[in-house]
Amino acid sequence: MTCVVGIDLGSTTTKAIILDENQRVLGRGITNSRSNYELAAAVARTEAVINARFGMVHQRAEELGAADAVGRLRRAFVLEQMLHQLRHLERLTLEEVAHSAPAGLRAPFAGALSEICRRIAAEEEARFTQPPLLRSDFFRDAAGSAFMRIAEEIADPNGVSFDRLIGVYDKCIIRVENEPLDLDFRDHIGSALQRVGNPPGLADAVDMAVASDLTPAATVGTGYGRARLPFPKEQIRSEILCHGLGAHALFPETRTVLDIGGQDTKAIQVDSAGIVTSFQMNDRCAAGCGRYLGYIADEMNLGLHELGPLAEQSRRCVKISSTCTVFAGAELRERLSLGEKREDILAGLHRAIILRAMSLLARSGGVSDEFTFTGGVAKNPAAVRALRELVGENYGERTLNISPDSIYTGALGAAIFAARTLD
Amino acid sequence: MTRTEVVDWARNQYEDLDFTAARRWLAEGPGRKAGGYLPVYAPREVLHASGFLPVGIYGAGDMLETIRGDAFYQSYICHLPRSVIELAQSGRLDLLSAVLFPSTCDVIRNLSGMWKLLYPDVYVRYIDVPQVPDPASALEFWEGELRRLLHDLGQISGRVPSDQDLRGSIALYNEMRKVIRDLYRLRRERPWDLPTEELYLLLRAGEVTPPEEFVLQARRYLAAVEADPRRRRDNSRVIVVGAFCEQPPLGLIKSIERSGCYIVDDDFVLGNRFLVRDVPAEGDPVRALARAFVENELRTAVRYEGDPDGKKRLMGEQVAAASADGIIFATPSFCDPALLDQPMLRGGAEREGIPCIAFKYAENTGQFQQYREQAGTFSDSIKLWGGT
Amino acid sequence: MADALKDRSMLLQKEMLASHMARLEQAPETGEPVVYTFVPGNLTELIRSFGALPVLPEINALQSGMRKLSGDYIAEAERAGHSEDVCTYVKCDIGMLRSGNLGPSGTKLPKPDLLLLSYTGCYTFMKWFELLREEYDCPVVFFHVPYQGDGVLEPEHRTYMLRQLREQVIPALERATGRKYDEDALRHSLGLAAEAEDDLVAVLHAGKRRPSPIDGYFGTVYYVGPMFSAFRGTPEGVEYYRTLRQEVEERAAAGLGPITPDGPLNDQRYRLVVEGPPNWTSFRDFWKMFSDEGAVVVASTYSKVGGTYDFGFRHNPADPLGTLADYCSGCYTNLNLPARVDMLARYIQEYQADGFLINSVKSCNSFSAGQLLILREVEKRTGMPGAFIESDLVDPRYFSAANIKNRLESYFQMIDARRRGKTA
Repeated sequence: MTCVVGIDLGSTTTKAIILDENQRVLGRGITNSRSNYELAAAVARTEAVINARFGMVHQRAEELGAADAVGRLRRAFVLEQMLHQLRHLERLTLEEVAHSAPAGLRAPFAGALSEICRRIAAEEEARFTQPPLLRSDFFRDAAGSAFMRIAEEIADPNGVSFDRLIGVYDKCIIRVENEPLDLDFRDHIGSALQRVGNPPGLADAVDMAVASDLTPAATVGTGYGRARLPFPKEQIRSEILCHGLGAHALFPETRTVLDIGGQDTKAIQVDSAGIVTSFQMNDRCAAGCGRYLGYIADEMNLGLHELGPLAEQSRRCVKISSTCTVFAGAELRERLSLGEKREDILAGLHRAIILRAMSLLARSGGVSDEFTFTGGVAKNPAAVRALRELVGENYGERTLNISPDSIYTGALGAAIFAARTLD
Repeated sequence: MTRTEVVDWARNQYEDLDFTAARRWLAEGPGRKAGGYLPVYAPREVLHASGFLPVGIYGAGDMLETIRGDAFYQSYICHLPRSVIELAQSGRLDLLSAVLFPSTCDVIRNLSGMWKLLYPDVYVRYIDVPQVPDPASALEFWEGELRRLLHDLGQISGRVPSDQDLRGSIALYNEMRKVIRDLYRLRRERPWDLPTEELYLLLRAGEVTPPEEFVLQARRYLAAVEADPRRRRDNSRVIVVGAFCEQPPLGLIKSIERSGCYIVDDDFVLGNRFLVRDVPAEGDPVRALARAFVENELRTAVRYEGDPDGKKRLMGEQVAAASADGIIFATPSFCDPALLDQPMLRGGAEREGIPCIAFKYAENTGQFQQYREQAGTFSDSIKLWGGT
Repeated sequence: MADALKDRSMLLQKEMLASHMARLEQAPETGEPVVYTFVPGNLTELIRSFGALPVLPEINALQSGMRKLSGDYIAEAERAGHSEDVCTYVKCDIGMLRSGNLGPSGTKLPKPDLLLLSYTGCYTFMKWFELLREEYDCPVVFFHVPYQGDGVLEPEHRTYMLRQLREQVIPALERATGRKYDEDALRHSLGLAAEAEDDLVAVLHAGKRRPSPIDGYFGTVYYVGPMFSAFRGTPEGVEYYRTLRQEVEERAAAGLGPITPDGPLNDQRYRLVVEGPPNWTSFRDFWKMFSDEGAVVVASTYSKVGGTYDFGFRHNPADPLGTLADYCSGCYTNLNLPARVDMLARYIQEYQADGFLINSVKSCNSFSAGQLLILREVEKRTGMPGAFIESDLVDPRYFSAANIKNRLESYFQMIDARRRGKTA
């Protein structure tokens, strides 16, 4: 089969999409962005391929009546990948200690590192046996928080201190992140199958998936703020165009797209073919972007995903005039000290963010039917509610589209561009 | 009428973004028109004599969310034109048959062109106030501009004013200027009796109501103040400089007053007392009005200062005239006239040992904590270390 | 432009500028009077008819920007109390003054004998010279050029300007230079100016050709240099523009494109009209973002700040003072917004552009306030898509290459997609 790949190097995450010859999505992959852009792109692509192969496994397994086991196989696979990276991390940290630790500390240092890695592995294995929860943390985040927690427990302030342990970790994790590693489907599906006890039918499905050739016939990359994307020039498309086309692919009647990302906001107008007709970006100042909500969440000691639901409880929206991230904390504290309720302040903050987006939309040409909202903030119910209200007040009835896969919009558009290069 | 009743009346006008009072006036007489003007200065006598109610457009402050307005301006331009456009786009300014744009700065200047594109049926005139220090050429030019305005406005209202009409309007605005001078004098002498918040609301009301009504209410207020003396506090006396165009939110003015300062002079809504003296009633009224402007002693950021030492001395003179202890430079963000003037004004003030502080605001600033702190600290420091 | 081809006109320009800077440096000794003024509404012929040397602080500022000196100067001015919100040309100038007043080419700039405040098209000019007056303690003459609020030069406004010239400006120049007004000398200069203007306009109009032998924005900034500074109305100016015209006509005949810092741009994929001043601190990088994509600017509005000649105006020696008034009134920043929209729409049509771009500059309210409306109006009127990017004149903190490149690339790809009628 002919497939194509689109890759979107974002500021926080890198995404990849594989399409088949009918431009149907075969697989989606996502990883954390990192300084080696080429590797980030490769990892995202690998993840998308893995996702595609698992899709095939699932399909074949269904035919063979073994679908129930696929979920477990998948978790086993992720575990194998995790352990592989963990072993690599351990190897690098031991090398580092052998190389640069003071002679007297070498043995206990090596011991402590191995102990930490052993415990992390044990925790991961234990987690595998629990109720199905597909881990969504990237290795760096998961390993990082576990490492710190365990290091704190076993550190010896007079010997192998916490700082020393973290120092070695910091140095080596960069290498783990930026050096190529075998994390492909073929590399670990065997041991994953073994781990789940090789149920009948499953091996068959896996064989079929392994054999499929998913080498892309064309690849297009996109991304912002990268001095050089790791693709030849002909294979690059602007992220505005990719975003517009991706939104169009998700919702063909889209005419206006709003993307509120971590650090920038885009308002895009597209025609019936998904071609961008005008756009406006707010990228110099990150006020009102996702990062702002991150600061607020930190200030309030809440998870990012908790902000929206809490804001939804508000009965009275407090008027916030500025979404400047520099003053986020101060504004919040002042309001709280004046006796305002948290949910009311949050409702005001969400409205303020959307107000900024409304200006951008107005500058780009308004909000036409249908209106597609993408980016991390689109998952926030309070933001969506504020958007609906403001759009309704200012432009009238509009169909508002939000896709659960909206984070892949740019990669999807890039993949479609890739498909079109084959025409 | 009590003080509270007048202040409530004024507050209603200030908060009313639909210009109800002006609309009522229009409805009450056939052929009446309303003419808007942007800050800082406009020849209201000319509007009035031509059958227009002059309506000052000061934006919507913190009382209106600007959604459409923001679509017209980049982030590094002040807030005033955004809320003005918001008012216009939401239909609230549809009562205006004419809008005058004075030469305050390039933003207001360009707004005149934007208005022509957006509202082609409204009469728009950019008023290029003469900047040349030479009275003769300035007078000839300015008189010509006023005559041009009279002609154009007359076409719209169907009423080209006679000299008599114009003298009448001049006399009325002389009265208005007088009562404002009285208000400012009273506040200067007894700021504890005349809070700036109340004075401010009155001034704003005067921008959107018929001048006769304002004069009446202002006189009532003065009488009420005399009958209602207040307790004197141990506050520092300050002048506020820089707020002559985009206006601060009321909360900011209140914050300054509540932090231990008496505002004894300011340049809020400066246009209503732009002409320092009365315009004489004798002779050709157009020439008299033009001359009053050209020979006007008022010095401000939007007029060229012909005297090389003028900027250096200005703050000292204003502080002395108001018997003030210090200066608060309060300027809108991105305001070219106020911000470019400030180093010269402040430099002159500091050379004379006058204490100063400075901060920026926007008409829709929502947080006043920082102003309270700054003004409060300033007031304390003046009391501790002495003013002028 | 060290690695660009050395056209004779470029060499001429270098010489002219060098000798002018040398004269300025010697002025305290030679006693040549020095008059500071502004590019919009610059009365070069009048100034030179008094034997005085013009200095243009705006040009000093932009050159400081191009030589990467402006960042420090601006910091110096901000330390002295100037706001981060105000015009960076002013801050750059103040900072340069406070740092020894060494001009961008390294020579010391002379103090002014007169500040000729040509109040044309920009409010900030008033403040700039009020500030300089404090620093230099010298006379100022205020020349008020009324704004074309209604899109025309009104007769009363012209009279006002004539009166000011006769009663204020000329006497001030007489006092500052110790010489009498010499109308014949002025007329002679104006004749030379008109000659040079003919040649400049021929060069500008060459942008209508396919391929265009000039870049109407980046390249043209160099072309208008002599016209907008000290050389309009001089024999050197005439020679420069004659030479330049010849070169451009030769390139046009050979079907060649303009010389860019990376070599000739013959393969022109996009023809653009640009509104707004350029960024000076990253001028070459900015130009490269266009030329790398094969984008040539065929016309620009910024190239008319020092005078609009391409719609027929020429300095007229038969009416020496009247023509100065006409000239000043027609400078781009003195035109009202509807006229600016008209100019852009006209350029897009006459120069057969594929699109237009607005470079919105943080410092300059005269240009920037209203540009978003201009964007929409021009799009509406011409059906052409407009690009909108943001930067600054000479504050390096306000130029983000990634941000601008992203918007530009998206814009070019948008044009491509429109051309093909589908995305590709």
